[in-house]
Amino acid sequence: MSTAAVGDLVSQPYRYGFVTDIETEKIPKGLDEDVVRLISAKKEEPAFLLDFRLRAYRQWLQMQTPDWAALGFPAIDYQDIIYYAAPRQQSKKASLDEVDPKLLETFDKLGIPLSEQKRLSNVAVDAVFDSVSIATTYREKLAEHGVIFCSISEAVKEYPELIERYLGTVVPSNDNYFAALNSAVFSDGSFVFIPNGVECPMELSTYFRINSGDTGQFERTLIVAEEGASVSYLEGCTAPMFDTNQLHAAVVELVALDDASIKYSTVQNWYAGDENGVGGIFNFVTKRGHCRGDRSRISWTQVETGSAITWKYPSCVLQGADSVGEFYSVALTNHHQQADTGTKMIHVGPRSRSTIVSKGISAGQSSNSYRGLVQIGPKAVGARNFSQCDSMLIGDRAAANTYPYIRSQQPDAAVEHEASTCRISEDQLFYLQSRGIGFEEAVSMMVSGFCRDVFNQLPMEFAAEADKLLALKLEGSVG
Amino acid sequence: MIRPDAPVLLEIRDLHASVAEQPILHGVNLTIRAGEIHAVMGRNGSGKSTLSKVLAGHPAYTVSAGSVLYRGEDLLALDPEQRARRGVFLGFQYPVEIPGVSNLEFLRVATNARRQERGEEELDTFAFEDLVRERLEVVKMDPAFLERSVNEGFSGGEKKRNEILQMALLEPLVAILDETDSGLDIDALRIVAGGVNQLASPENATLLITHYQRLLDVITPDYVHVMAAGRILRTGGKELALELEDRGYDWVDAELAALAPAPLEVG
Repeated sequence: MSTAAVGDLVSQPYRYGFVTDIETEKIPKGLDEDVVRLISAKKEEPAFLLDFRLRAYRQWLQMQTPDWAALGFPAIDYQDIIYYAAPRQQSKKASLDEVDPKLLETFDKLGIPLSEQKRLSNVAVDAVFDSVSIATTYREKLAEHGVIFCSISEAVKEYPELIERYLGTVVPSNDNYFAALNSAVFSDGSFVFIPNGVECPMELSTYFRINSGDTGQFERTLIVAEEGASVSYLEGCTAPMFDTNQLHAAVVELVALDDASIKYSTVQNWYAGDENGVGGIFNFVTKRGHCRGDRSRISWTQVETGSAITWKYPSCVLQGADSVGEFYSVALTNHHQQADTGTKMIHVGPRSRSTIVSKGISAGQSSNSYRGLVQIGPKAVGARNFSQCDSMLIGDRAAANTYPYIRSQQPDAAVEHEASTCRISEDQLFYLQSRGIGFEEAVSMMVSGFCRDVFNQLPMEFAAEADKLLALKLEGSVG
Repeated sequence: MIRPDAPVLLEIRDLHASVAEQPILHGVNLTIRAGEIHAVMGRNGSGKSTLSKVLAGHPAYTVSAGSVLYRGEDLLALDPEQRARRGVFLGFQYPVEIPGVSNLEFLRVATNARRQERGEEELDTFAFEDLVRERLEVVKMDPAFLERSVNEGFSGGEKKRNEILQMALLEPLVAILDETDSGLDIDALRIVAGGVNQLASPENATLLITHYQRLLDVITPDYVHVMAAGRILRTGGKELALELEDRGYDWVDAELAALAPAPLEVG
């Protein structure tokens, strides 16, 4: 095979592309104030939340789609989207036995066993199907430690004072176009609250599944770690294969008080569209962590492999003195996927530190951009940042870009940025092959070697998973 | 060691091959039996390295005519990885660096691929570490090299030792060593050659591709072949190499000119 053939990409079928045939309650397509009110009413929300939504909706109407990212996509018709879809079941079930077996089966098929006997022993799971959470495991066990882990809809009813205190305080409803849209129509997501001094006894995980074809998913997640608390949280996502694009506009807010630590990991595997770029999820996500307390720490790790479009910049506002922000990212694009992803590290507090490690892999005719901002405010004496952005190109039709922005108002700060670009060469592949290692295994060895620094940051159960996922994504993609 | 009754491992017949549309090999014939050490000598551009790449299955080289049988099987029909698993090994003149891929992990995956082909059990990380530490002795290599990325930042001599270490782990039946002596100082040359000698057995065969006599001072070949213009011009015993050392390659040109028609005149 010639060098040109190295880039000749063939699709590996998406394993999660099935649709669950289940009776779904949907509201009509379209968005106006009545739809916002209807969503709020369906969720039986308190007045403060309806006000929050309406304010966001009105702000959104005044805003424009951001166009600064290196992404090309057709205008989204917001009147052609269904904003609420839920499997028809009476209410959230007290026990898994009452959950529709079809839903349990769906999550089984996705490799997320919810049924008691098959659960991962050290991971609690919140399972979100279209617009609603259908089950959260280990709630009682976590409650014994004072940890709250439930869907955000339940939290609104059961812990309204916590929601009112924290919701929208990290990502204001008018933060950006997609955050405003989410704030108006958000459906479900997870709520995590770790009280003072508690180390969460197990991994928490939310699995997001889009099932309906014409529905948007507006995930909203809020994690609060009080003084000295710590938690490790992982989210996963998949969707069926449809030949139309679907919108996923999420907002995730993290709050870490003094000495608290939050580790947030994502394995994103939304449907990416086919090899000709038809279909796939438009993924517009605002994720931000607020290191509010001194010595607090927030760490983002993401493995982005899916979606037709990814627009996502998990960020940290480092307000506390000696607070720490981390961003570890692997973004893989293949075929016609486009990703514009990175982070923002906003240094406010003195001696705040941040680390950015980004690994972009572009194959096929895809485009993969890193976009990152490191900002050092005037009070961030002794702040430090280290950034490393590496790109790997597979074939000769893919594109990789790096857009690092550095703004420092503090002469005492130290900011380092390193970047590299490499290409898997035919000679490297031949070398591995000539030692008996198959072509695809050779590619995947090189790719996982390239991503090792990031995979090392994932919780152990998921590191191997991520490695496999990447190998799968590239299977048949080279050669 | 020449034994006329030893099984034939490699049989190259009238092999023609080209790279980037440029014909390089013009009818190579060579038979290698178990237990034998062959040396192919020749000037730069004579086709020696092309021969080694074609045998290993490098994708940039195209075979236009001829055949290669490896233990009776059509070698050219196999992917490079299949050839390696069956016991064909190419020691590279310029081993590439592969950043990020751990040398130890690479050696383990390669060794297990070969073991699997032979119906042997795969080695887990612990069993493999024992094996690799034992084989490191063959090339007197520092175990610290196992922890690094494949060939990354290795000196020329360290890369060549890593090649012979791979050979020691994969236990090939036919080892083709392309200019293994190039870039080695005399001590490194002795270590590398010592490794090759140690690995040679009545069951396997070695094909040395080299420019110079000095490698053949330390590894004694059973056969020496002189290559020019893409074919083997003469074959003899180890004394042929000494003759080359003495007389240089000029007589090869004279002999080549006497052959008609020269391939270059065509078209």
